[in-house]
Amino acid sequence: MTLVVNNVVPGASGRVLEGPCGPRKSQLSIARLGIYGFLIMAALFFLMPFWVMIVTSLKTLPEIREGNLFNWPSDPTFEPWIKAWFSACTGRDCNGLQPGFWNSVKITAIATVVSITIAAINGYALSFWRYRYANLVFGILVFGAFVPYQVVIYPLIITMRELGIFSTLLSIVLVHSIFGMPILTLLYRNFFASLPMEMFKAARIDGAGFWQIFFRIMIPMAVPITIVAIILQLTGIWNDFLFGTVFAGRQNMPMTVQLNNIVQTTTGVREYNVHMAATILTAAVPLIVYFISGKWFVRGIAAGAVKG
Amino acid sequence: MKQTTKWAAMTAASVITMASAKAADLEVIHWWTSGGEQAAVTVFADEFDARTPHNWVDTAIAGGSNARSTTLQRILGGDPPAAAQFNISRQYEELAEAGMLLDLTELAEQEGWRDFIRPDSILDVCEYDGKIYCLPVNIHSWQWAWASIPAFEKAGVALPTNLDDFIASAPALQEAGITPFAIGGEGWQISGAARVVLVSQLGKDGFEALYRDRDLDVAGGPEVRSAIELFKSLKQYTDDGSANRNWNDTTNLVITHQAGMQIMGDWARGEFALAGLEPGIDYACIAGPSEDPYLDTGGDVFLFPKQSDPDVEAAQLALASMMLSPEVQASFNNAKGSLPVRDDVDMSIADDCMKVGLDILEDRNRVLPSANMFFTEDGLGQLDDLWLEAWANPSLSTEDIQRRFVDIIAQAD
Amino acid sequence: MSQTLSAGSGRYRTRSPAKYPKPRRIRWSALMSVLGTAPMIITAIGVFVICIVYSGLLSFTDARMFPSFNFVGLDQYKRLWSTGRWIVSANNLWFFGLLSVGLSMMFGFLLAVFMDQKIRCESLLRSIFLYPFAMSLVITGLAWRWILDPSIGIQAAVRGWGFTDFTFAPLVNADTAIYGLVVGAIWNSIGVTMAIILAGLRGIDTEIWKAARIDGISAWKTYLFIVLPMMKGALFTAFVLQCVGVVRVFDIVIAMTQGGPGIATQMPAVFVIEHITNRINVALGMAAAMMMLLPVILLLALNGFIQWRMKRNRERLS
Repeated sequence: MTLVVNNVVPGASGRVLEGPCGPRKSQLSIARLGIYGFLIMAALFFLMPFWVMIVTSLKTLPEIREGNLFNWPSDPTFEPWIKAWFSACTGRDCNGLQPGFWNSVKITAIATVVSITIAAINGYALSFWRYRYANLVFGILVFGAFVPYQVVIYPLIITMRELGIFSTLLSIVLVHSIFGMPILTLLYRNFFASLPMEMFKAARIDGAGFWQIFFRIMIPMAVPITIVAIILQLTGIWNDFLFGTVFAGRQNMPMTVQLNNIVQTTTGVREYNVHMAATILTAAVPLIVYFISGKWFVRGIAAGAVKG
Repeated sequence: MKQTTKWAAMTAASVITMASAKAADLEVIHWWTSGGEQAAVTVFADEFDARTPHNWVDTAIAGGSNARSTTLQRILGGDPPAAAQFNISRQYEELAEAGMLLDLTELAEQEGWRDFIRPDSILDVCEYDGKIYCLPVNIHSWQWAWASIPAFEKAGVALPTNLDDFIASAPALQEAGITPFAIGGEGWQISGAARVVLVSQLGKDGFEALYRDRDLDVAGGPEVRSAIELFKSLKQYTDDGSANRNWNDTTNLVITHQAGMQIMGDWARGEFALAGLEPGIDYACIAGPSEDPYLDTGGDVFLFPKQSDPDVEAAQLALASMMLSPEVQASFNNAKGSLPVRDDVDMSIADDCMKVGLDILEDRNRVLPSANMFFTEDGLGQLDDLWLEAWANPSLSTEDIQRRFVDIIAQAD
Repeated sequence: MSQTLSAGSGRYRTRSPAKYPKPRRIRWSALMSVLGTAPMIITAIGVFVICIVYSGLLSFTDARMFPSFNFVGLDQYKRLWSTGRWIVSANNLWFFGLLSVGLSMMFGFLLAVFMDQKIRCESLLRSIFLYPFAMSLVITGLAWRWILDPSIGIQAAVRGWGFTDFTFAPLVNADTAIYGLVVGAIWNSIGVTMAIILAGLRGIDTEIWKAARIDGISAWKTYLFIVLPMMKGALFTAFVLQCVGVVRVFDIVIAMTQGGPGIATQMPAVFVIEHITNRINVALGMAAAMMMLLPVILLLALNGFIQWRMKRNRERLS
């Protein structure tokens, strides 16, 4: 199976970040003003929701009711943020988002490491140690990248029950590893396949085996692709909602699920400011990853948009 | 009184046995997240923590269907909670059949549940194969409308006593800047209101013919037709903000006199009470809503999924026993706005609205079983979906809706 | 030996197996290769074959909550296609999919072309266009739900500015709620489409522009008739990625509308989850899941066909 994603894995997409090379630049003209106008309008459209959430989270409830949605708060307060983090309630539990945050950290950290390790070995084996039917297995795996989760979720619940691990940390890590595997394996396979074969041959002649070549030669070379993979998994797993609701269980409920619970629960008045502060807090980790990683992120999403 | 002494003896006995048992953490899944419901569930949790060595571990999930989904998923996955809230329904039949639920028969016989739980029908739904698998904790009726007295005064119209009255006075409310009909866009609120409208037109005989006997002549008859028309005509009197609004946010519109009337089950009373409003002065509760009111007897039940740990099992039984004790029943139901399942509870603390409800329940001819008892969740869901479609899509004609209504009744199991 | 262990890709098949030192080590390493990829084998076969087949089988049974294999033929599919809610869900998916993918592609392409005009602050703008994608669809859904909420969102704001008759509340009305979902979805996805298309644009030979200028072809015509056909690959990638996301659409619906008002924004993914849990009708849910698999398979077949034709054309040329 040939896969569309081939077109955009690192290397090729690196060019996005190089200088522009479209048609020659013309002088300031009406057309150019139009271009800037369109881009600025678009930028406003993209920024608006975030702006609204920031300013609303800093307002008091009366100001939200009476003031304008887009205005900067007259008297900014961090009270909603503190409440969202420490004491927002779902039912009788009033511990805020904090436990969800740490659950998400735990799930994301473990699942990222596990899924990337598996995928790196897969990619390496598929590039250099291809056994009979390896490509068939790989083809099926890549098909899996496109399968709607709902198709396999019920059998997975049954399997987890039979293994006795349903709603444990292990089960959610496993699920993330399974559904992260197609795209990550593809990523690594394409990377390793692009490496010069001579290097591998030389190592073979020196008598190095499967694991020696993997650990001593391949891993150090795969650092860039691993960074892409880490970004992909960090944001993907952090943002997951469906698997979190089904497989994580009460003890490991991730932040997105807890956020949804907090927002959908109202006891008396709807605390929009707290809800929006909670939303920004939940978005903070992937956003920080995004802004720190910069160009790496572009590569990551181009390769991993399949996960969406 | 006899029951009370018996119960006291029971507790004394169980406290002694429990002293030797280890304290267990019991996770309870429920969807009681509004203000009044929170106050009610706190009664359970506090009493449980105080009376037994065990701990109540609270898992509140907003929205009944979300909470039930979670429970079912977890039972399916082999990680069941120790107790889970359901509505009176046939939703847990298969769980009982598969042996996934703790058998409460022994406790029920010891405490004599059959003697004091009324009406009998609400314990019947807990029975499967001669054994009791769930515990009803309250009786709720959907057939109530809650009206803001100041809102109707402002519009200069009289309080409605039935739905036709209400439709007639709705334009006046609208002119006075009041949203006549408050409803939230959540599916169950819309379909619930539809069921109420349907019962108000059908009466007891029609209701039983339709749901129990699946009488297709009734389904295709003039009462159902007028119910569909009434229901559709309510839509024009709602406000913009209705999408996604929780039921308690919607009730809050009536509490703050921004809206005229809401059709919602008797649990809404808890919200009014919590807001410090007085029935008859600030708000009116209209049973039916009709001069000839019938109340259905739905309610909440708790299931106790089977656990492997005998300590947890003992704690589950202790929880069941506590939930049904007379004092807890009184304070829980008072906070919740529901009626106790025991007939021997002192309800002198009941307010006027609750008394109206109690009086109607006294008259057997006015008590309807819950529709949930005659249809599976699947069949009920199809009916609900039809109501939602009728609500959302004004171009759907009354004839089409009724034709599909008949089809569903004919096919449902 | 060399067949079972053709190390590397086909390019290196000429290498003679005699070059390997100890054959025993090869066998050992081959075993390691299978062992090392055991998770992949288990996932591919166990999850993406067995689980799908299992779900497929269940769709022909009358399973309610627990698996049962009492086969009832096509009953569940018949019931599915006579269920109003499913038909609404399926129609919604098409409508939502066509609109959100179409708009996302269109605006993604426009943004990419405009970004390609040697503009100032390119990296800043790119960051702005892309950041929504870093956020989960739950957050996207919640954010837009608030903005479109008539009591606190845009409608209230504009009314506050003095336009008291202004009405903008797409989520409230059953006819327009789905447009609200589309706005949320494309807000999240336009940036990615832009990034992929921009990468495609930047991959095109700059000589094209010179040639087009010499021939006196205007810039927009060059984009539309020369550049666009040249980047079929990038466009198709963006298209497929979007489509896969659309079939799965779940989180944003839950956060934004919960399928309402009424059943106006129900989607197949929500239908499946609802039926395997709350409605306790696993078989019907699995029948719906199988129907969800159908467009995916069609899409992959289309992809395969296009790749095959491109390959054939290349071969013809050479």
